[in-house]
Amino acid sequence: MADKMLDAKGLNCPLPILKTKKMLNEVPRGGTLEVLATDPGSVADMASFCRTTGNELVESTKDGDVFRFVIKHVG
Amino acid sequence: MAEGNGAANQKTMTIIVTKGTLDWAYPPFILATTAAAMGVDTTMFFTFYGLPLLLKKLNLKISTLGNPAMKMPMMGMHMAMPNWVSAIPGIDSMATSMMKNMIKKKGVASIEELREMALEADVKMIACQMTMDLFEYKMEDMIKGPILGGAATYMENALKSNVNLYI
Repeated sequence: MADKMLDAKGLNCPLPILKTKKMLNEVPRGGTLEVLATDPGSVADMASFCRTTGNELVESTKDGDVFRFVIKHVG
Repeated sequence: MAEGNGAANQKTMTIIVTKGTLDWAYPPFILATTAAAMGVDTTMFFTFYGLPLLLKKLNLKISTLGNPAMKMPMMGMHMAMPNWVSAIPGIDSMATSMMKNMIKKKGVASIEELREMALEADVKMIACQMTMDLFEYKMEDMIKGPILGGAATYMENALKSNVNLYI
């Protein structure tokens, strides 16, 4: 179970990333954030965001139309 | 979001914003907010038709004129907007409200929202002094946050930036 949850379903670029960044600030270092999104672009974007900011993308999965990401707050 | 790690490897970006139509307002604000979210120190320089994007009250429009690439989705098809269409009275308002509806329906942020998020994320905004003078705008007309500056202010930022964009 992640420390925080973000429902970004129905939102389009760049909102899932902007909201992820905001929410990640509320997650203690070492903690995790789970993000749900329907924007197919968020698959590549979430990976880029994590690589650039030094956070760890622990999971990136798809269930139907919903993409699920688990990010560990490192950076 | 106002952290900025202050490290020597802090990346920076500048964007020159020159266009103020609803469609062209998106790229600079999307990139600025995203860059800031990715820890990039970002500066936007608003000049010429980009300057009104700093006005307190925005009423952005699109134009069908001179944009053969504009194809509006309509009943499962795409409707092109050839130049002659722009002669129809009220067509720009119609195209604008179509676009605004699409923006809402597709979960795309409004320019007002993105601008607010950019300010929250400490994106620096510079209002071009010369354009203010030319088009007779006052700082009181503008949102709180931007500073006044000119080409030299921009250049100082651009010279030390990793990414410089002209939009």
